Amino acid sequence: MSINRREFFKIAGFAAALGLGGATVAAAVKKEVEASGPYLLDPKGLKAKRWAMAVDMAKFQSDADIQKCIDACHQVHNVPEVDPAHPTQEIKWLWTETYEHAFPGNEDEFIAPHYKHLPFLVLCNHCENPPCVRVCPTKATFKRESDGVVMMDMHRCIGCRFCMAACPYGARSFNFRDPRPFIKKELNREFPTRTKGVVEKCTFCYERLAKGAMPACVEVSNGALAFGDIDDPDSDVRKVLDNNFTIRRKPELGTHPSVYYVIGGKEHA
Amino acid sequence: MYDSGKILAGLIIFIVIATLPFTLNLGKAVAKPSPSIDTPAINQMAKKQCVESKDYMKTTHMQMLNNWRDEVVREGNRLYVAADGKEYNMSLQNTCMNCHSNKSKFCDECHNYVAVKPYCWDCHIAPKEGV
Amino acid sequence: MLEKALKGGRTYWTWVAALLAVIGIGIACYIYQFFVGLGVTGMSRDVSWGFYIAQFTFLVGVAASGVMVVLPFYLHDYKAFGKITILGEFLAIPAVLMCMLFIFVDMGQPLRVLNVLLHPTFNSVMFYDMCVLAGYLVLNILVGWTSLGAERKGIAPPKWVRPFVILSIVWAPSIHTVTAFLYAGLPGRHFWLSAIMAARFLSSAFAAGPALLIILALIVRRYSTFDPGKEAIQTLGKIVTYFMLTSCFFLGLEFFTAFYSGIPGHMQSFIYLYKGLEGHHQLVPLMWFSTILAVVAIGILVFPFLRRNEMILAFAAACVFISLWIDKGFGLIVGGFVPNPFEGITEYWPTTPEFLIAAGVWAIGFLVLTILYKIAISVKEESGGEAIH
Repeated sequence: MSINRREFFKIAGFAAALGLGGATVAAAVKKEVEASGPYLLDPKGLKAKRWAMAVDMAKFQSDADIQKCIDACHQVHNVPEVDPAHPTQEIKWLWTETYEHAFPGNEDEFIAPHYKHLPFLVLCNHCENPPCVRVCPTKATFKRESDGVVMMDMHRCIGCRFCMAACPYGARSFNFRDPRPFIKKELNREFPTRTKGVVEKCTFCYERLAKGAMPACVEVSNGALAFGDIDDPDSDVRKVLDNNFTIRRKPELGTHPSVYYVIGGKEHA
Repeated sequence: MYDSGKILAGLIIFIVIATLPFTLNLGKAVAKPSPSIDTPAINQMAKKQCVESKDYMKTTHMQMLNNWRDEVVREGNRLYVAADGKEYNMSLQNTCMNCHSNKSKFCDECHNYVAVKPYCWDCHIAPKEGV
Repeated sequence: MLEKALKGGRTYWTWVAALLAVIGIGIACYIYQFFVGLGVTGMSRDVSWGFYIAQFTFLVGVAASGVMVVLPFYLHDYKAFGKITILGEFLAIPAVLMCMLFIFVDMGQPLRVLNVLLHPTFNSVMFYDMCVLAGYLVLNILVGWTSLGAERKGIAPPKWVRPFVILSIVWAPSIHTVTAFLYAGLPGRHFWLSAIMAARFLSSAFAAGPALLIILALIVRRYSTFDPGKEAIQTLGKIVTYFMLTSCFFLGLEFFTAFYSGIPGHMQSFIYLYKGLEGHHQLVPLMWFSTILAVVAIGILVFPFLRRNEMILAFAAACVFISLWIDKGFGLIVGGFVPNPFEGITEYWPTTPEFLIAAGVWAIGFLVLTILYKIAISVKEESGGEAIH
């Protein structure tokens, strides 16, 4: 019996070696296909060292202006609406939080009432040092070296939700079920939906930047959202940062968010 | 042989299960798939030419799509330079399906025949057909 | 040796059938979850890990605790543990198996799980967790099976096993350390962002694991002619006592740091768990139940004359196990998500399918445990029980 077992282990070991061999063959096949065509950037695409956004709360005239940004984002990316049966499992890319929730730890009971109830737009911060990327076991979420966008590869995500535990900004949503029945508005047929079991979030409209367009929310914001290359002193976002006092969410964590907030004076509004 | 009854019963159960794919399909004739390229966009083309040659697409479209998605999503490259030098926007939804707007007669025809279910359409939106 | 699992009495088969029934229900619920998505669970955008991951965390500890019997026997030649090392090793195997299953049922895209191997990511703790768990499983199967096989023939285990034994001793704390690192390195989750997390994990594991082993050893003695030995059980009792004290001490340290510093982020999760936060107190009764069990258990265990009575010891062990199961297999994970990054509160409670799937995984674990113990005990009954090394 023991000899049989030894034989078995030999065969098992051999099979394992073959398996490794198979992986090499698969890699070789991939190489061959890759050789079939060069891939190029779209020359129309916008380029930056690191994309950043400045949210100037003073420039929003009304709640409707803010809602316009959210709707633009959610429409263009086929973000589903809240399932009334499961409100805690909602999906959102861009939404609002009051000051005490957007900047916890900085709250103050005597903060001017105007700011206390201001609906701050919040989204993925596209951190320079993103914890979500650090923890992802498959590189499904990764930071693009070319322009600093923290991306999601929905094809690769296994839905472990480690990134959701790691994100200090609550920017990530999980598809607890098939999102399609909950996309009530007209589908954007140029952009995919998601499938159940993957994590999603704002991607700074990488698909629009690649074609030379600004992010959807920026486009409809009437200048309240400034977007550009933070490494370029002449960019829109740098002009806002140079001329205003800005804050970021939870800077003490060392993640270096790329989204800045101008709290602004009431007189701006 | 000890326990011959049990062994024989076990063998029979094994054989029945192992041959299930054959026995279940016995006598069922499945028509040979014939994917159609009869779509308005393709009919308008002077020369009916896909991104690459028909043979290449037939055998390699899955690896090609795999590479396309990695290039677009991970590298940010959007343009594919074909063997004939023509440039294409790498997009299943916006390039491939613009011409092949007949998913059920083009994609599904073969995929159903070989019983593969690519999960592309869980996310990517298939063109509206019969419009 | 597997054939020994096929011979058993009425009680044995009834037990196996009961487990199979629970497994069947669990699988049916999992199929439902597979097709609908994790939406069938009580998890949410804010509490994005729940019962499954908490069970996983707790069970890594149970698996690691096998080292508590292996180490004294192999490194200190502590003979009394000779009879029960195999029980420790064979407890680790189903525990790791359950860990893997709990991770699997928690995946949003389970069919893509091998992406972890296809795209190995060395900066992700989860990658290392997968490696150490798989390694620990292999080590325990290898060592346990070989030693038992040798014992059956009445010979000493082959020499090549020893390096693997030593490796498994080093490996055991590593699996639970890595599991703690899943949590302890996340910025913005104050409840978990604690340097003592791994130490807390290990101490609670080395209390809960041996506590379970005491109960299992007593069950084995009752239902078979193999006696794991009074001394071995008493020594396990001492191990449970000291590690339970250490575990509670470490928890106390967390309380001190949070409440003496008075930093809101550090206090909030504790307040939520033990007092309720802003009107939300779903977990408060559970956490206090855990606390009371811990106090009762320590109250018994610290007095040698009490724990010398095996029935009282078994009761205390059960208290330890349940207390730590609630603390680590529920509160620790859920507490980390409350409040959320916006200091809002979403509460969590597992749904029925979620609970049944978890029960199914536990039943698979107990089935494997039953089979392995059945084999080990059958061999022990024939050989008289002493392992040689």
